[in-house]
Amino acid sequence: MNEMILKFPARSENEIFARNAVAAFVLPLNPSLTELSDVKTAVSEAVTNSIVHGYRGGEGWVTLICRTEGARLEVEVIDEGRGIEDVERALEPFFTTLPDEERSGMGFTIMQTFMSDFSVQSTKGAGTKVKMCKEFAAGALHAG
Amino acid sequence: MKLQASRRGDNLYIYLSGELDEHSAPALRAGTDKLIDENAGLSRAVFNLAGLRFMDSAGIGFLIGRYKKLKQYGMSMYLENPEESADKILSISGLYSLMPKI
Repeated sequence: MNEMILKFPARSENEIFARNAVAAFVLPLNPSLTELSDVKTAVSEAVTNSIVHGYRGGEGWVTLICRTEGARLEVEVIDEGRGIEDVERALEPFFTTLPDEERSGMGFTIMQTFMSDFSVQSTKGAGTKVKMCKEFAAGALHAG
Repeated sequence: MKLQASRRGDNLYIYLSGELDEHSAPALRAGTDKLIDENAGLSRAVFNLAGLRFMDSAGIGFLIGRYKKLKQYGMSMYLENPEESADKILSISGLYSLMPKI
């Protein structure tokens, strides 16, 4: 088992840092390129949500917790932002609260599609926690 | 993000390379819209995605936004050479029905 906790300011330039940090963390599990890309995309979506929706571009911190055990990665993306008013609606494909900013409303759909398990907990005014897992298919086969 | 373009016949080719996310999208949007404005008389725009090392849902928003802009000029939009991960995102979001892959 291995674990990593990262905490960084909710600024958009940290989106690339966050997804690449997680990618580097899971490398010992020998993910395929496709699996690695799935994880990076899902992490990018969750972190972007915290920055854009949780803090609405204002100040705050995003916490990223990663754990690996065997061939499984668990990722939590946590913010203390404004929270999601209606989680059920937010999970609907193409639903966005910011339609004027060219937001696709596909973030949660992508997280759900690209990861093995997905859950979101949110409290209005207190923040949001997204938890995602990924089972890597055949770690040893991709060695090297 | 790097943006390059060329004009061949009635087509505007737009080459995207780098990582397209919420951070890089605004500058890319401004640059691409300028290109579209400068080539408004053409009949179609082809976005070549071969150089995109990463794209998340910000890419969907970016592409839909350009589709709408091109439509105002009566131009159609096409996508070519997406990497596997971009292709997956474009497929699940149904974008190819608006902007076919060629």
